[in-house]
Amino acid sequence: MVDPLHIVVCGSIVPDPLQTLEPIATPDGPALKNDLLLPAILDPFAAHALYEAAELAKQCAGSRVWLVSLGPKAKLQQVMMSLAQKAPFELVALDGPAHGFTDAHETAEHLAATTAAIPGLDRDRLLLFGGWESASRGQGVTLQIVGERLGIIDQFQGVDRITPREDGSFEVMERVEGGRHLVSLCAGPPALLGWATGERGEPRNDPQMGMKNMRLMMSALQKAVPVTLSAEGFCCRDVRLPGQQRQTRIVKDMQPAEIAQEIFEWIRHD
Amino acid sequence: MAAISPAIQEETLRTLPGDTVRQLQWRFAERYDLQMLVQAAREVARGPVARLVASGARQTHEWTAAKHALLEEFDSSGITSAFLDTENGGYLIGPKNLALALIAFELAWVDAGAATASLAGCLALSPIHERGTTEQRARYMSLCAPASPGEDRKPWRGAFCLTEPLPYAGVDTGMLGGKVTIAEWKEGQEPLLQVEKRGRFITNMGFANFVTAAVDTADPRITGSCMVILEEGDPGVFDRGSITRKLVHQLSSTSDPIFSLRVPASRIVGGYTVKEGRIVPNFNHSEIIEAVFARTRVTVALMTSAKLLSAVEPVVRYQRNRFRGAQQIKAGSLRYEQGLQQREDALHRVVDLWAMGEAGAALGFAAARAFDELDPLEKEKDKLREEAGIGGGRAELKWLKGVWPAAVEYVHHQATNTAGAVQKAANQDVLVRYVLADAVAGVLCPAAKLWNTGTGANAMREALSLMGGYGITEDCPGFLAYKWMDAQLEATYEGPEAVQRRNLIVTMTHELFLEQFRQWIPEMRRIAAHRPATGACVVASAMKLWLWTLNHLQNTSDADGSKLYSSARQGVTFRLADALCWLLASRQQILDLMELEAKSAANAAGCDGLTSTVTFLSDLCHVQAARAAGEAGRICADLVYGYNRHPSWDDPEHKGCFLGEELEAWEAYAPGMTAFALDVIQPDGSHPEKAGPCAQCGENSAFQQQRNRLDLCLTGSQLAKDRAARALAMVMIPEVPDYPR
Repeated sequence: MVDPLHIVVCGSIVPDPLQTLEPIATPDGPALKNDLLLPAILDPFAAHALYEAAELAKQCAGSRVWLVSLGPKAKLQQVMMSLAQKAPFELVALDGPAHGFTDAHETAEHLAATTAAIPGLDRDRLLLFGGWESASRGQGVTLQIVGERLGIIDQFQGVDRITPREDGSFEVMERVEGGRHLVSLCAGPPALLGWATGERGEPRNDPQMGMKNMRLMMSALQKAVPVTLSAEGFCCRDVRLPGQQRQTRIVKDMQPAEIAQEIFEWIRHD
Repeated sequence: MAAISPAIQEETLRTLPGDTVRQLQWRFAERYDLQMLVQAAREVARGPVARLVASGARQTHEWTAAKHALLEEFDSSGITSAFLDTENGGYLIGPKNLALALIAFELAWVDAGAATASLAGCLALSPIHERGTTEQRARYMSLCAPASPGEDRKPWRGAFCLTEPLPYAGVDTGMLGGKVTIAEWKEGQEPLLQVEKRGRFITNMGFANFVTAAVDTADPRITGSCMVILEEGDPGVFDRGSITRKLVHQLSSTSDPIFSLRVPASRIVGGYTVKEGRIVPNFNHSEIIEAVFARTRVTVALMTSAKLLSAVEPVVRYQRNRFRGAQQIKAGSLRYEQGLQQREDALHRVVDLWAMGEAGAALGFAAARAFDELDPLEKEKDKLREEAGIGGGRAELKWLKGVWPAAVEYVHHQATNTAGAVQKAANQDVLVRYVLADAVAGVLCPAAKLWNTGTGANAMREALSLMGGYGITEDCPGFLAYKWMDAQLEATYEGPEAVQRRNLIVTMTHELFLEQFRQWIPEMRRIAAHRPATGACVVASAMKLWLWTLNHLQNTSDADGSKLYSSARQGVTFRLADALCWLLASRQQILDLMELEAKSAANAAGCDGLTSTVTFLSDLCHVQAARAAGEAGRICADLVYGYNRHPSWDDPEHKGCFLGEELEAWEAYAPGMTAFALDVIQPDGSHPEKAGPCAQCGENSAFQQQRNRLDLCLTGSQLAKDRAARALAMVMIPEVPDYPR
């Protein structure tokens, strides 16, 4: 019997990647054109973390999962309409910007303080989850800073799997360079896991669970604490989308290995 | 196009309307259960359904394993159980009309066949839900609920089998094929019935476990028609029949089944009573179908509106990218950037399409909400009726008619806003609220079904043509060609257009509907006073003209002395029904806009950018209002003047024209008069070369005045269209379509 865990997932929303994303300059710094009107989704890396958290909680009876999310309240609410049907969790909402053009330190400070203040959270049983990257603008440091502020020393990044053991320890499989994985054994919580893609697909919707989740989430959204990110001493000198190029060549009957080799060569020389 | 001033750019539409806008317009911003349902249905629609369509699954009539897998998607996403009550495995509390309407809308955004497949199960259950006995409800609702986690069973699926005489389909719900007789009736035991039924074009028949079938009596010991529940395992023949070779909605299973089954009489939907040795079903098939179709037709109406709105984005993307890739078009040039959207016509046609879609959706969702309001009132009414010891049918109608005066009074008080004791009392009176809501729902349902699907199918053809040859290919983004063809079936499903018109000509002349309709005219004027750019004033004028015309036709005869407004005179009544539909849709579109404006202003913090959306949608309202008024005005003019005989040069006493010698005599008294007289018969009998003396409006001068006023009310509508077109040329759309996912 594995001890119950308290899993906190830090993750926010990003614009739906199919939308037209156009960076613009505003008096408050860079932003996305029509940001508030664009549909949003939970950051895919955070979503993996959330689904893995829910699965882990299922394996460890009595566990609880929270999602701590900093984003515009109205958009968070829209995203929750879908997310609430996918996994059982409690929402802790912070009402603030989620456009990605913010200082990771400041964001992390708010997330850490909010996590520490979660009623009933046992920090000795805490697993802090999140994405090791972000689909909006990954500085790749926010989660680590939250962990540091919460005094979590055992940190893993690029995680694809966690396997709990009976004695409370768990095995973590992280991505390392060269397309390999590193398997580590951690004595137990507290620990931080920055998830890569994990091993699970997106769960199917469960409307019954959604209804149950949403009753609490609506209240959480109403109580969302407004957060202002001052971005003091932080500026974005240049913002642009990754360049796109399209070069079409018609080739018939090429073998997959040859295609892969050509892509590899192209990336290497780019 | 003309250059756009910065001021206009500020106000223009920024993105296509998102969920926040739709939730406010269609009144489910406070319903997170419905918002979740929308997301769940959307995920299924744009994922598995869209992938299936893209993979060519619509090329087969057969019900394949891949198509069948969609049912499991419906189950797991909550689409199947959305119809069920909570005690039977459902999760939505209260009436489900708006919920089902939203599901239909989301699924039909991609493929209406999938929507039909999901809703046909609800249709099969609806007779049981609306009129079934407690036992019937408990049994079939529970069987149809998807398995809970850990439960090992497959949910039952149902089919609804009505069918007119073979080989026809979708003609008239009143004409029945199928017989029921008593096979065995032992003393003290329940009778056994023999059901003989052949179905045609029956949805879900490829996999249905049970069927709710309409049958007529073929036995003197059974009184009238009824609906019976047939199960797969019943003794006899349960043959699913040959596959219907339909050309549309290929993601729904349709076949022509044959049933010859022996079933207990307890399978009669709603039960029966034994009177003088005869089985008397508690509800005949018409009563049940009336209750069922009154609700389910709304969802079909919304399927077509979803198609129209879903076509906007693919068409805009096509227009913008139209010239890209051509060698002579340089990147950055106007043609490269704007493509076909440089041209006014391309934009105007998309504006028309969009406006039509908005109006249809507004009308359809209003109808769904009307039934959500009506359902609980109907239950309370039934309870009161039973308590009063009143029977069904005519006795009930007579009983309810007693409430009409109070209902009329209530409407008047509401209109004059004299909130006094009378109004308060009426507000609390279930029966008053019931009869009023019933009168409106009775019009909105057939109006939505008729107008959304009929005019929607025509609009889809336009949408397709906007994409040139690409539109008629299988790989056209948004599956527009499929949608165009599907719309034709939607105009037929659950009662074709003639049936809806027949229904409408009865309900639209209901005293309580007309009483409320009269109050809607000043309501539109009030809106116009604050928001003239919505076109509310032209809708009000057209509504007034329609009312005048109805009254006129009801009290007038044609040139041959035949009564004009009678049920047999469909050339009059049906067309007036058509005119009404345009107006109802436009009115509702404006009301939705007002709701959006009010609520988005209240939520200003969370709804940044909505002002520009409201402005754009207001222009669409104006465009649609002008079109609706134009259609209504044209129809009314046709009807008012068209049944008068045109004056002839040979009319006795030369009515309507002058004689040449008369004019000469009058010229002496009124010099110059000759110049004004056009219709003159000369002494030799010659006259101007035309059909006869010009027709005069005569006693219809009031109509002419109103028609003139209506035409003048069109002022500004084309400016609104230009504004909307400019906005359309600049609106930000997603980089790529979001389905198939």
